[in-house]
Order: sequence, then C-alpha cells, then structure tokens
Amino acid sequence: MAIVFEKTEGLTGKPFHYCPGCTHGIAHRLIAESMVEMGILGTTVGVASVGCSYNSYEYFNCDMVQAAHGRAPAVATGIKRTLKDKTVFTYQGDGDLASIGCAEIVHAAARGEKICVFFINNAVYGMTSGQMAPTTLLGQVTTTSPFGRDASYQGYPINVAELLSNLTGAAYVERVCMTDFKNINNAKKAIKKAFKVQQAGLGFAFVEFLSTCPTNWGKAPLDAMDWLKEKMIPQYPLGCFKGEDITVQALDEMIAAKAAGEEVKA
Amino acid sequence: MAQKRLLMKGNEVIAEAAIRAGCRNYFGYPITPQTEVMHYMAKKMVQIGGNFVQAESELAAINMVYGAASAGFRAMTSSSSPGISLKQEGISYIAGAELPAVVVNIVRAGPGLGGILPAQGDYFQATKGGGHGDYRNIVIAPASVQELYELTVEAFNLADKYRNLVMILGDGTLGQMMEPVAFRDEEPIVTYEKPWATNGRGYNDDGSYKREHNTITSIYIDPDVLEVKNNELQAKYELIRQNEVRYEAIGLEDAEIVITAFSTCSRISRNVIRQAAELGIKVGMIRPITLWPFPTQAIADAAAMPNVKAFLDVELNAGQMIEDVKLAVNGAKPVYFHGRLGGNLPTQKEILDKIVAIHEGGKV
Ligand SMILES: Cc1ncc(C[n+]2csc(CCOP(=O)(O)OP(=O)(O)O)c2C)c(N)n1
Ligand code: SF4
Ligand SMILES: [Mg+2]
Repeated sequence: MAIVFEKTEGLTGKPFHYCPGCTHGIAHRLIAESMVEMGILGTTVGVASVGCSYNSYEYFNCDMVQAAHGRAPAVATGIKRTLKDKTVFTYQGDGDLASIGCAEIVHAAARGEKICVFFINNAVYGMTSGQMAPTTLLGQVTTTSPFGRDASYQGYPINVAELLSNLTGAAYVERVCMTDFKNINNAKKAIKKAFKVQQAGLGFAFVEFLSTCPTNWGKAPLDAMDWLKEKMIPQYPLGCFKGEDITVQALDEMIAAKAAGEEVKA
Repeated sequence: MAQKRLLMKGNEVIAEAAIRAGCRNYFGYPITPQTEVMHYMAKKMVQIGGNFVQAESELAAINMVYGAASAGFRAMTSSSSPGISLKQEGISYIAGAELPAVVVNIVRAGPGLGGILPAQGDYFQATKGGGHGDYRNIVIAPASVQELYELTVEAFNLADKYRNLVMILGDGTLGQMMEPVAFRDEEPIVTYEKPWATNGRGYNDDGSYKREHNTITSIYIDPDVLEVKNNELQAKYELIRQNEVRYEAIGLEDAEIVITAFSTCSRISRNVIRQAAELGIKVGMIRPITLWPFPTQAIADAAAMPNVKAFLDVELNAGQMIEDVKLAVNGAKPVYFHGRLGGNLPTQKEILDKIVAIHEGGKV
C-alpha cells in the first residue's frame, strides 16, 4: 500500500499536551515538516518561548533553546550571530511577543536579524488561563477583561504584522491562518518562504499564525474555528505585508548563488 | 615571559582581556562608568571578525549572551548597577540552564539611578543571588588594572569549566583608572568540549543526523525532577567553594587589627597599614579576590590567632561584605566597620583614625 501520510521526523513523536482543537499543534507540524522537506532539520536551532508552547523543545526534533518570557528574539540574535550558516527560528505567543517582548521583537526586526519568527496569535494569554493579550479583540471577554475589552479603558489590539512590516529590516512579513486545507497549505508555503528569506540572507522574516484557543475562548473546537474566521480575520486580515514580490524562484537562485560563492571562498 | 607594558584604562583592559581569552561575542547597552568596554569592543570585534551588538536594553543584551553561550561560544556583557539590575532575569536563567557566561559590573552608587561615582553597594546582589531561585555566580573582585586583565581571562576559563556565570565586580574607580598593564604573549586559555551546545544536529554523509537534538532549558515542571536539578547545582557550587576561593593575606602573623576590604577599598587600606605601623600599630589585611566563593576559612583562621584582637571591615557601602566577615569570625573577635556612601571614597586618614580609635579604645 502506498504511504499517503507519514509522521514527520521533524517532530520527536512525544504526544502534544495541547488542548483539543488548539492550532499550536498544526503550526508545530507545519514548521517541522518544512524543516525536513527543506533538508535543514540538522542545521536549524529553534528558540521556544514562554506560553503554552514553552516546551516546544520537547516536540521539535532540531536543537532547541528555551528562552525567558518575550526574550526569544534576543536569544535568537545571540545564536544567529554566532552560527551564521545555521537557520534560526523563534516560536512565540502573542503575550510573549506583543506584550512583554515588544522591545525585543521590534529591535530584532529593525536590525534585520536574519532569523525567522513564528508568531502564534490566539488573542489571549493561553497558558495563564485566558487573560487579555495585546491582541485581544475589542469587546472580547477574557479573565482580565470580564466585561469585554473596552477601548477607552484597555486600549486597542496591536496588529503586529502590519507594525513590523513598516520596518526596513523586515524582509518578509505574512499573516496566515490554519482553519482549512487551503489555508494550512498557504501557512506552510509562508513558513518555507520565511526559511528561504533567511537562507538567502535578506533579513528578518515573520509569519503570524491566527490561532485558536478553544479552552480559554470557552468554545468547542469547531466553533473556535468559526469564531477565528468571523471575528479575528476582520481585525487581522490575512496576506503578505512585506516581501510579496520576492518569488520563491528568486530566493532559490539567491541561495544557490550564495552556496556557490561560499564554495569558491572555501 | 616577554612582557609589553602599556598604560591603559581599566575598562579597556577588561575588553582587551576578553578578546585575548577568545571571547568573540559582546552584547551591551551604554551606561556610565563602564561604557569604554563597549567602545573598545565596538571597534575591535569588527576588526577581528567577532560579534558586537549594541542591544536595545540590558535585558536584550544578557539574552543575546544566553543565545551565544547556548550555541557553545564564549560570550560576555558589561554594564553598571542599574543595568545589572535589568540583567538579573537573564542571569537567573543562565544559572538554571547552566550556561558559561561572563558579566562585568562596574558598580556605581545607588539605589535607583543613584550616581555615577564608584560604590560597592551591589555586593549583596552579586554574591547572594540578585535574580530569583537558588543559584550562585562566581564573583571576582580585581583590585588593579593588571588584575582586571588576568582575572578577566581567568573568568572565561572558570565559566567554561563549571558551566557557570562569572561576574567581574569592579567599581567606577577601577574602570576609569589608568595603570600600566603587562600582557602575556600567550594566554592560558583552557578549551572545554561543549557536547551540550545547541549548534545544530549536523548531517552525516548518508544524510543521517550526527546526534539526537540538544536542548538548553531552565524549566522543569515536575518538582522531583527540579529538585534533582537543584541538588546538582548545589553540588557544583560546593565544588566551586572547595576549589576556587582566592584571597590575599597581608601581615597576619603579627597583626593586632585585620582589615577586610576588597578592590578599591583594599588599595586605600594598603597604604593605611604602613601609616599605622609608623604609629606602632600592627595592622594586617585579608583581601577577598573571589567574593563568592568567600574566603570564610581564611578569615576564621585569622580570627583564631591570638595576636589578632579585632577586625575592621572597610567598604563603599553601608556594610554588606561585613555580614560574611562576621559569619566567618563567628563572634571570636569584634568586627568594626567603616564605609562611605553615595560615590565617596574613604580617605586614608579616616581609616587610620578608626584604627587608632579601636586601638586606644582598649578594645585591642
Ligand atoms: C517574566 C514572566 N512573567 C509572567 C510569566 C507567566 N506567563 C507564563 S505564560 C504567559 C502568557 C503567555 O501567553 P502567550 O504568549 O499568548 O502564549 P499562549 O499560551 O497563548 O500560547 C505568562 C504571562 C512568566 N512565565 N514570566
Ligand atoms: S490553553 Fe489555549 S493555547 Fe493553550 S493549549 Fe489549550 S487551547 Fe492551546
Ligand atoms: Mg496567546
């Protein structure tokens, strides 16, 4: 019988601890598959952050470093500067990246750090039981916005992809979701493009994944998917905000030229 | 050993020593009075193909060190007191993840923004924790520019040897002072294998991976696992206590009064010893070079000597190291204190007056 689907060796095989219907697991698998398909699992170092994915180092089968809350882009900077020929990524939630780690992410992008950042936006602090995040929607009820997020009281959601796309150092910025096959495929394309942008040495690459948190949204898994489509996408439109014109073919040529150049040097 | 003697500023010597020790990764954020370390690195690291990053904050800088150290490279950051407070988060994570790193604190007067002049008010922070959790940093307190050089090189060896953070604790006087320094032709660099480093699993020729994936982490959710981890850390710290205590002892054999002082205060006190001798008072000194591990035994031994009648602890703070001195003396002899605050230095006369008072007070 032909094999149509396999477990990827990009994951360790340890069962995920994520709640049913949580899209952290899909994002993990897509990143892991991409590393294997691109042949970079052995040359990649990932940085886990603080949030429900704090122990993603137990799942990703590449070398992994666990970083303090919000500091993953700084840790990744230290790794990438020393391991220039390796691929480095961070995997961060929205509390981690858009709140406590706001300075680190903005400056890593501004410096044009040659890293990939995978940003899981689920509009809440998942791990600490559903507090308001910087990305929480107006009107959204959370444990710390029990009457719904009120702009006059708690301010407005941050659109991180749009924000970072304004920085010259950011070479590629895209927002995706994982609600159906088409979008999952798009998400994987974005991951691979981000890795290639790094390999080509173009600069900072950022993929925002609109993600579900059924547990803290108080919704069944499928209802959570619907809520994401109906409520989150209007606030956080999908699409490429930077680097849309960079084609995969052009990236492949740049990477090939770089590899050839390096061989000549060596 | 062929030696070139150069007149250099303390802060620049720290930077030069780090480079000589094989450190190619510096991450920092500007703050007086240590900025010359950064200026030196900004130029030199680029010239020699190393990494220099001016970070967006001290938080980011220490986390860049965390990243570079995870990848298996010698890495450092430097700052002064308010910046070191910000680094405490990263320092605790480095302890938990057992990463080798060197952090320089050229202390200025606090608390808060305080002032930019020299102080030793960060002794507690440096030696007792500073960040959260049960951990220890090796803390080294050089007293001259020559020592800044030699001990900074040593700091990188110790960091690798124990997979531990080593802090160089100086102060504004030492960082800003110019003194001759003699560089060695070759540094005593000890190279340690780092099979734990997260630098990529690597591929064999047949496409298989060279090893399983490595992980650098400080989180252990299971209390039993975390307790084992903590016990391992404590065992390491005990080993460091046994092996790495360094101090200088002067004139203990016939001293009536023993001064305890580190770094800048030991320099001032050294002159007082001579002046006291002219007045017929025999004064000795114990100068801790490692503040942690602390030379507890050396001080306890001095306290047990019949000729030693009292201790005088001199610091640029309201009395911090004196707590460790008193623990070591353990009530055997009285321990007096002289300190200055706010960035002021004690004069030799102040210390001498104190010695005379102790002596005349019949307490000796
Ligand atoms: C310095 C610090 N502050 C607070 C926490 C507690 N904490 C753990 S996870 C978390 C929120 C993470 O939320 P997010 O980044 O959105 O990730 P999610 O769980 O939603 O995937 C917080 C505040 C911490 N670990 N460290
Ligand atoms: S709490 Fe939310 S983000 Fe965390 S695992 Fe569960 S569903 Fe996912
Ligand atoms: Mg979240």
